[in-house]
Amino acid sequence: MIAARSHRRPDFNAAFGGTVVAMLLFAALFGPGLVHYDPLALDLMARLQGPSATHLLGADEFGRDLLSRVVHGARVSVTISVLTVCLAMAIGIVLGTVAGYAGGWIDRLAMLLNDSLLAFPGLLLALGIMAVFGASVGAIIIALGLAYVPAVVRVMRASVMSLREREFVEASRVIGNREITTMLRHVLPNCIAPLTVLATTMFGWVILSETALSFLGLGVPPPAPSWGNMLAAARPHIVQAPYLIIVPGLCVSLTLLGINMLGDALRDWLDPKMQAS
Amino acid sequence: MIRFVAGRVLWAIPTIFVVSIAVFSMMRMIPGDPAAVMLGDLATPDQVAAMRDQMGMDAPIIVQYVRWIEQIVAGDFGRSILTNDPVLPLMLERFSVSASIVVLAVLFATLIAVPAGMLAAWRQGSFVDIGTVGLATLLLSIPSFWLGLMILLVFGLYLKWFPVIGYVSFATDPWRAATFLVMPVLTLTLVEIGVIIRMARASAIEVARLEYITHARAKGLSEAAVMWRHAFKNAFAPTWTLLGLILGGLLGGIAVTETVFTLPGLGRLLVDAIYARDYPIVQGCILLISAIYVLVNLIVDLCYPFFDPRIAR
Amino acid sequence: MSNQEQPLPVLDVRNLSVEIGRTGRKVVDDLSFAIPSGEMLAVVGESGSGKTMAARSILRLLPVPLHVAPASRIFFDGDDLASASDKHMRKVRGGKIGMVFQEPMVSLNPSMTIGRQMAEAQRIHLGLGRAEIRDRSLAMLERIRIQNPEKCLAAYPHEFSGGMRQRIMLASVMLTRPRLLIADEPTTALDTLVQRDVLDLMAELTSENGTAVLLISHDLGMVSHYVKNVVVMHSGRAVETGPARNVLVSPQHSYTRRLVDALPKRTEGGARDTSADAEPLLELRDVVVDYPGRGGFFMRAEPKRVVKGVSLTINRGETLALVGGSGSGKTTLGRAIIGLVRPASGSIRYLGRELLNESAAAMRDLRKDVQIIFQDPYSSLDPRQRIGSIVGEPLLLDKEMTPPARRARVEEVFLDVGLDPDFMRRLPHQLSGGQRQRVAIARAIVRNPAFVVADEPVSALDMTVQKQILHLIRKLQAKHGFACLFVSHDLGAVEQVADRVAVMDNGNIVEIGNRDDVFDNPRNAYTKRLLDAAMLLDRKFAGAA
Repeated sequence: MIAARSHRRPDFNAAFGGTVVAMLLFAALFGPGLVHYDPLALDLMARLQGPSATHLLGADEFGRDLLSRVVHGARVSVTISVLTVCLAMAIGIVLGTVAGYAGGWIDRLAMLLNDSLLAFPGLLLALGIMAVFGASVGAIIIALGLAYVPAVVRVMRASVMSLREREFVEASRVIGNREITTMLRHVLPNCIAPLTVLATTMFGWVILSETALSFLGLGVPPPAPSWGNMLAAARPHIVQAPYLIIVPGLCVSLTLLGINMLGDALRDWLDPKMQAS
Repeated sequence: MIRFVAGRVLWAIPTIFVVSIAVFSMMRMIPGDPAAVMLGDLATPDQVAAMRDQMGMDAPIIVQYVRWIEQIVAGDFGRSILTNDPVLPLMLERFSVSASIVVLAVLFATLIAVPAGMLAAWRQGSFVDIGTVGLATLLLSIPSFWLGLMILLVFGLYLKWFPVIGYVSFATDPWRAATFLVMPVLTLTLVEIGVIIRMARASAIEVARLEYITHARAKGLSEAAVMWRHAFKNAFAPTWTLLGLILGGLLGGIAVTETVFTLPGLGRLLVDAIYARDYPIVQGCILLISAIYVLVNLIVDLCYPFFDPRIAR
Repeated sequence: MSNQEQPLPVLDVRNLSVEIGRTGRKVVDDLSFAIPSGEMLAVVGESGSGKTMAARSILRLLPVPLHVAPASRIFFDGDDLASASDKHMRKVRGGKIGMVFQEPMVSLNPSMTIGRQMAEAQRIHLGLGRAEIRDRSLAMLERIRIQNPEKCLAAYPHEFSGGMRQRIMLASVMLTRPRLLIADEPTTALDTLVQRDVLDLMAELTSENGTAVLLISHDLGMVSHYVKNVVVMHSGRAVETGPARNVLVSPQHSYTRRLVDALPKRTEGGARDTSADAEPLLELRDVVVDYPGRGGFFMRAEPKRVVKGVSLTINRGETLALVGGSGSGKTTLGRAIIGLVRPASGSIRYLGRELLNESAAAMRDLRKDVQIIFQDPYSSLDPRQRIGSIVGEPLLLDKEMTPPARRARVEEVFLDVGLDPDFMRRLPHQLSGGQRQRVAIARAIVRNPAFVVADEPVSALDMTVQKQILHLIRKLQAKHGFACLFVSHDLGAVEQVADRVAVMDNGNIVEIGNRDDVFDNPRNAYTKRLLDAAMLLDRKFAGAA
């Protein structure tokens, strides 16, 4: 039978998403070197000034340059997200592989712990950890990293379990490969596609959660700029200076839109069965 | 069927057990003497000693845990450090606010998004589909707190349609209470519409490819009958599971929305308690929310065979 | 049953073409055929021949980018369905034309009871009330010999086996007494015995109602037992049309000749007699295999006994065919021999060595002697590995072998299995099914094994390709002298390659013997039924061919 061809346009998704993510990474890497103002420099004369020639996007309640703060905020967000995704991936891949491969009681125990960790909605677990350790960048990475481990474990375990039953993996065993060779040569490489898709999606989740935590005052501690704490600080001035809310919010939304679209494109390319979820 | 129900319920029990251990040990992981921490900065050494005694700090850790569980089961979540009020009634009062927002938002979002996702899937590749998917992806990408702030700015501050500050409980004045809920519910509805549309559409596309849909057409059923009578129930099953996760996720992150709209909900109670290092409240809130989350997902799973009878062999 | 004069055909398809989108590419090209009332016609072809799309276009059920080309005419009782309104089509579908699908596992709605699914067409097309629908459905279920029809109405499809579902599907379609039944590979997914049942039932029900049948199939041998006329399709075109008997006995078109040629026939020269050899290569004694029951954290189901104490021997260089239906335990037994499943008890001796006592390292060492070819060449090759490296991988375990020697050996094996060595850099998805199976065979024989398990090696392939692969296995065996356990449900394939045959049913071997003895004088009742149902070509057309 001829499968109905998808009329979605992954090319558009990829082009838009790729451009936005590339811009984000560029801003995070080089942006701070390109902006004129120190994001922490106070200028009481410029307090709550709208966009102008001197402050292109305006200035905040302490007269700090908004453009400079937004760009530095990008660096903070990207750093936290990359490290968090790496942490969650590292733990999740190991646990998921072990659970999926070992089966039996090891798998059941791992799944029990995993489901228990899943029983805390992501942000709640992070809030609990922040309550214990106090707000700091390190605590955010650990908190969100742990919160997203279960998602990685699930995807990894499911992939490993379905691959384990596939005939080409059995064939590898039959030709005399050791279990570890089979895993490294045939199982793990075939997990790369779903993991890439997951890592991209997770990158978005983490940016969203980090922003939310900072918005609640439990994330990146001020005065360091982060999109979330900028929104929180701007909230009392919402009437006089709506641009203080609009600009960082647009940054977060555009970033997430780009990541989501890139994720969709990757899904279409790498893993047609996974579809949007 | 009985096997399925029993298996699922038995799985929830160890989960709750591990959750309670995690919450219990969380309080023990705070740097410093837990008794002093529980009492706050202003406690005298005598009070700390009394607290240590009350918490049974000198007993083995297992005994401490069992005592703590006994108290929780008896409904004693301790007292707030700041106000000395019992924690449970406080939480329940605040919970009613959060729960009404979350439940209404999930309900509205489902009612709008599931039909939209089905229709988009049925016209896969058309402009309707591309538009719906685009809108869903856009909604998915806007953080709830920013969307909330924009809604507050437009409908609350510029148009002045709804009150922006304060809250009245349903018991006092249901109509005014409702006006306070419109903006937060709208915010969360919009955010979740994106997620649900994408899920509903993806699973409807999966189902539309299956042979029994062609079979239904081959029987002479109208397109509407094929879609709603044959495809809907099967396509809704994955979305149904997602709804449980969304409900819990929203409850866990409800603090954000409550902060935007200054509502006295459970999330705000938790975040304020974290600021104030009011640990009995922190502990209570986290335990309550995760217990509800486990319960909701249990109920969702137990209803799943209604959509897919194969699951409960 | 009809009178002698030539009646108007029920279905008269003229110049039917099906195109893909606006590309102008055609999956069905200028197809014409007609079915008189009450008669059966088969459209036969391999995958990609366009036979399914031709059938679907009659009911306008084509998947999205496909559509019927403008010049096509589909006359049904005189009406042209190609230009009919959607509303008219809905009246025809399920009312005057019924359709039965290939996969009984996915063609009934899993979340709807059988009763409701049976009721739908009756309500729409016959306008009957609840009680009447119920009575008719019950009567029909009784008619097709379903036990406890009342319970069946309230049950969900997953509670029935594949064969049962197909009977139920057939019954529910026939409830509206259609003028025409379209059956799209209705038995391909079923066991041989069940296939026969379902087809007999179909013939019975349709002749009772005077319903004409359009049967779509890949199996020329099978349809020739049921239909009067066949249309042979190849890449979208009808290459030959005529009475089934003529097509089989004296095919005109070269493709039809290949197709007829691919039908199972006994190999010339008869089975080889290898039993004289002193020591058997492999000896199984009382092998029992259990599958662990699935259970939750607290409950554990009883293990299921799949192989119930099997003893047999395999001699050097011979082919022993292991035949049985699904669930007979034949595949599990093959996997136990190869070490993929561990038997619960019994003994498997290879050249006198007890395999079940060997250490994992010793077993790995034995791997170069004992290999397997899997059923599905689409999942037995790692999608990310180039085929040269797939075939060469077992050689990596030979630490003495230098890379140039390895390369030379891979090239040699490529030529052995009839693959172009230039293909080495390709990925599995760039090959056809037959080519993939050749790669799998190359991987199995690259280290010169003494014994190969072939687990349904051709059942996923087209008829003409099956023939080539079976021939290849036979040729390689003659050249390299490995023994083979050929696991299959397909007696036709078995007849072509086996020296000896073991018939398995419900975990036990019920009959074992030389091929010709088993095929010509079966002693066991199950073997007899299996052979009867297999409809081997040379039985009906023995004299003519």
